[in-house]
Amino acid sequence: MKVAEKDVLVHCHHVTCAYGDVAVVNDVNLTLHRGEFAGIVGPSGSGKTTLLKAVLGSIKPVHGSIDMLKGLRLGYVPQVESVDWNFPVTVLEVIVMTRGEKKWWPRITTAERAAAEGVLEQLGLGGLSGRHIRELSGGQQQRVFVARALFHSPDILVLDEPTSGVDVRTRHEVLHLLADLHDAGMSVLLTTHDLNGLAAHLPRLICLNKEIVADGSPREVLVPDVLEKLYGAPMHVLEHGGMPVVLDHSENPMLGRFGGKAV
Amino acid sequence: MHSSIVYALNLGEPYGFQFFRNGTLVALIAGGLCGLLGVFVVLRGMSYIGHGLSHAVFGGAAASAVMNFNYFIGAGIWGVVSGVLIGRIARRRIIGADAAIGVVTTASFALGLALLNRYGQAKRSIEAVLFGSVLGVKNSDIIAVLVVAVLATVVIVLGYRKFLFSTFDPEVAEVSGVKVSLMEAALMVMLSLTILVTMRVIGTLLISALLVIPAATARMLTNRFSRMLWISPLIGAASAFLGMNVAYHTNTSASAMIILVGASAFTCVYFGSGVRGRRRMASFGHL
Repeated sequence: MKVAEKDVLVHCHHVTCAYGDVAVVNDVNLTLHRGEFAGIVGPSGSGKTTLLKAVLGSIKPVHGSIDMLKGLRLGYVPQVESVDWNFPVTVLEVIVMTRGEKKWWPRITTAERAAAEGVLEQLGLGGLSGRHIRELSGGQQQRVFVARALFHSPDILVLDEPTSGVDVRTRHEVLHLLADLHDAGMSVLLTTHDLNGLAAHLPRLICLNKEIVADGSPREVLVPDVLEKLYGAPMHVLEHGGMPVVLDHSENPMLGRFGGKAV
Repeated sequence: MHSSIVYALNLGEPYGFQFFRNGTLVALIAGGLCGLLGVFVVLRGMSYIGHGLSHAVFGGAAASAVMNFNYFIGAGIWGVVSGVLIGRIARRRIIGADAAIGVVTTASFALGLALLNRYGQAKRSIEAVLFGSVLGVKNSDIIAVLVVAVLATVVIVLGYRKFLFSTFDPEVAEVSGVKVSLMEAALMVMLSLTILVTMRVIGTLLISALLVIPAATARMLTNRFSRMLWISPLIGAASAFLGMNVAYHTNTSASAMIILVGASAFTCVYFGSGVRGRRRMASFGHL
């Protein structure tokens, strides 16, 4: 089945993914349109990353199909933790890596350099192209990988846990950057387990626990009913500054252990 | 005659011998070739594969010697079969790739040893294969190592960005359209060929050192992948050249001297480059 609508970027049709006999993602129907900013949320082992990889094409579904807009270009940003920061490459080399131009000499051309510098400038990384990737701050490192994905001129930016393993300040930077890119027309799909720090800020949340439990705005899906289904444990939702804030409702297991005081 | 060589230290003297000229030429090219592929071995954390492959090829070398079969064909086929077996066993995921390499390659090595014991002119040929020998270098060896070196250089230059991408970040490379498994297979084939053509000079036991030392030294000297690709072969070739000469004048094993010269260079750079260089080294914790 070909996607007819021009604005549909990705359409998952009854997608089931499995490792061996164990289904990790079960019967997922999902449509992503151009210009969307969506996050897949769910507990560990809920199949977030698997679904993301199915969309990226690196995992084949065992059932169902994934239709993409013809010629769809994906810009993928992996988890910061998966990167070998000691690898001997500069910022510029990381960025031009994705461009597999058909030329036999490996040198970076002046045109490529100029294009890369342009993307770096856009992301506030101007003047850093000659630096080794280790010499950057956490926020800059994350942005370099976003820059690499953008250099590929993607239709959609796909990020796996963009705020895992980064500090609060970097998280803010990443969130602002993604919001700016989205404002400029970029479609974004990401996974996160950070409900309050990231998910609550996104326009659309897809709650996944093997199956799609709920799909909608944070106000619609960050509610006790959905969250209990999603995490299998009762959770409180408060409101702060007009946004839902999710609280863990479980009893403190440390209570009463250390001389009766919570630690 | 040997003692007079040691004391005279006539630097030009060894070049009067055909065997030494041939041996040095092969060692020089082999050092550069190992240095080049070593960059990938070191950055991918594959030093154990280099070690394993050389042991596997030893089995093939022994079998072809015993059966009077062409070394390159016999050991080459043997190496490829071992590589495929390792992949098969590791893919089942019940045991890890390291254990699979351990089983297949040491078994192959043991079989080679047993064959040589039983049917070979045991001691001499075993020593020659284990520790390498510059005495038996033939024209075919020179041609073989030269062909592989040219081939590897061309392949790496042409596929530079794809090799870099799939080494640095295989997952994203795959998504971006790089055929990562093809690049990996190409590297494995080049690595096997390199071991095949350098083994008779360097020897089974010391080849993995030549795959690791120049690249590790180069890594401490630069933060650039592209520079590593020429610094490492340069260090490998220089170690081989110096090692050959030192070995002649001190009447010691050529392969041992080549590795010792390389190790000395590594040590000098390690202490000379200070904390910065050592931090670069931190990227390969498996060493």
